[in-house]
Amino acid sequence: MEFMLLVFSLLFATLRLATPLIFASMGGFMSERSGVVNVALEGFMLAGAFAGAVVGYSFDSAWLGWGAALIAGLAMGAFYAFFTIELKADQIITGMAVNLLVMGLIPFITKILYSSTGSTPALLLEDRFRFEPMLMAFILVTALTYWLYKTRSGLWLLFAGEHPEALVASGVSVRKVRWAAVSLSGVFAAWGGTSLSLFLASSYSPMMTGGRGFMALAALIFGKWRPLPAFLACLLFAFADAVQIRLQGMHIGNFEIPVQFIQILPYVVTIIALAGFIGKSRAPKALGK
Amino acid sequence: MKRIIGLILGLCIALSLTLFAGENPLNVFMILMRSAFGSMYDLGLTLSYTTPLIFCGLSVAVGFHAGLFNIGAEGQLTIAVVTAAAVGILFPNIPFPLAPMVAFAAALLAGGLWGWIAGWLRAYRGSHEVIITIMLNFIAAGLASWFTLQIIPNPNSQSPETAVVSPNYMFKDYDLIARRFPDTPANASLVFAIVFAIVMWIFLWKTPWGFALRAVGSNPEAAHRAGISGKRVQMLAMTIAGAMAGCVALSEVLGSTGQYRIGFSPDYGFIGIAVALLANNNPLGIIAAAFLMGALHKGASDLDLETATITRNFSQIIQALIILGVTAQGYWAWISKNKRRKN
Repeated sequence: MEFMLLVFSLLFATLRLATPLIFASMGGFMSERSGVVNVALEGFMLAGAFAGAVVGYSFDSAWLGWGAALIAGLAMGAFYAFFTIELKADQIITGMAVNLLVMGLIPFITKILYSSTGSTPALLLEDRFRFEPMLMAFILVTALTYWLYKTRSGLWLLFAGEHPEALVASGVSVRKVRWAAVSLSGVFAAWGGTSLSLFLASSYSPMMTGGRGFMALAALIFGKWRPLPAFLACLLFAFADAVQIRLQGMHIGNFEIPVQFIQILPYVVTIIALAGFIGKSRAPKALGK
Repeated sequence: MKRIIGLILGLCIALSLTLFAGENPLNVFMILMRSAFGSMYDLGLTLSYTTPLIFCGLSVAVGFHAGLFNIGAEGQLTIAVVTAAAVGILFPNIPFPLAPMVAFAAALLAGGLWGWIAGWLRAYRGSHEVIITIMLNFIAAGLASWFTLQIIPNPNSQSPETAVVSPNYMFKDYDLIARRFPDTPANASLVFAIVFAIVMWIFLWKTPWGFALRAVGSNPEAAHRAGISGKRVQMLAMTIAGAMAGCVALSEVLGSTGQYRIGFSPDYGFIGIAVALLANNNPLGIIAAAFLMGALHKGASDLDLETATITRNFSQIIQALIILGVTAQGYWAWISKNKRRKN
């Protein structure tokens, strides 16, 4: 009985913790499938987490925060799209710069708004999300899977990333497809961020993403750039995270496992997954070009 | 030249952001300058930031030359600094000239190993080095904090830091730079940093290994045809990158504090990216770029005190915008294209 309880609580924790990863991973999916490398997911997530927390707190409504994250994500995505698509700047360097910019801007804004250096005030417990983002994450994955393989615009996305020339030949602008994809990528990743600040927690705290943007990217690669396998990879990473939280302070006999060893578990799992010890994965052909 | 314009553009945009905080950008700029160069003390601090930034800039640049993006300098330097401190604490009886050498060698090895992991995974498993090095940064931070707090904590302090290494590990008495800048952490490792930059330049442009490294970075296909093993070069590049970042142990442990303090680094590894980009990955340019970024960082650290609404994190905004300004050289083409469209 106790064991069953443990299993259930672990599973539930996994689903909760997977939510931000799934959203961010789908964001990465949009961008990378259209041919634009996206290491800015971390920054998008932070921006979404922050915008969501600020607006959600100001209006006592998680849903308004969700909308704010949409706008922030769209803006961040468009910003990134402008640099990578219009100015043809190096995608990885730009992505890291966007991350850095967000990390610097957030304390700058909190100082003006709340004269603090990072955290935002917390939402009331009953105002924040209970399960909704979790559900939306599942819906998003299902919708994307259907959209990608069954609709015309889904194929545009695939072709923008695999054979841009073919897309041009059929009279569709690669530029526009990529712009749309990268902007949406910002929105999804920002929702991932805000499900951290409005669902898993009830406020924004500095660096609360803790590398999840990169884990989401790793999940995407591990999932061979397809929505459903990427979703499963997110569950795997979230499971590692859930186990990590569970194991803290646990003893084996008289020996307490150092908490730092447990905390690095999700990162180790990510590396092992990415090292491709379980099958190779192939990137979209025109990725980064 | 375009890089300098990009730099100035980035700096100007960053400064104009301060208008939103109700500050005068010119005033903020003056504070930055004064706080970076205002006195011998300020200059000493600026130089003490410059030193690790040269090391990290070199680390990132070596990666770039081999076509790899090393954002793991932060983790590499963390592991190396802890290792140097550990050697100094666990073997207190090694005599002077040998002791710092042993600690330094250990730091190089540790940093190199941390870089090698990413290089190996990249070369033989095809894992993207950006994600791997980010993950290794988190792992390094975790391991370092465990080692610091559980194995070699400082018995005389509540701060999260290691004990201090024995005095024969430090080159304080022989340190001419430290004497010139009393009370600051500036130290002789600056000379090492400059020498390493020159050695790196010679390595990259005057040796066959350097040639192989740049060949793999600029045209992997051609390099492969020429019989250069891309995999070995990638591992070599990441190992050197790790060792370079590991040199921070020189300025931090052996040169100034003699210990590892958790959070001592204001993300030197990431500022190193801006340094390398600004210098176009030229090792000699990195010396100048590191000095500039060091000055900006030192300048920004006084914004907390001197202005009401701007914090030290402002330096991150400046760095990001400078990186964007320098990387996005495409705006020249973009502007002229739009002009033509209008005409």
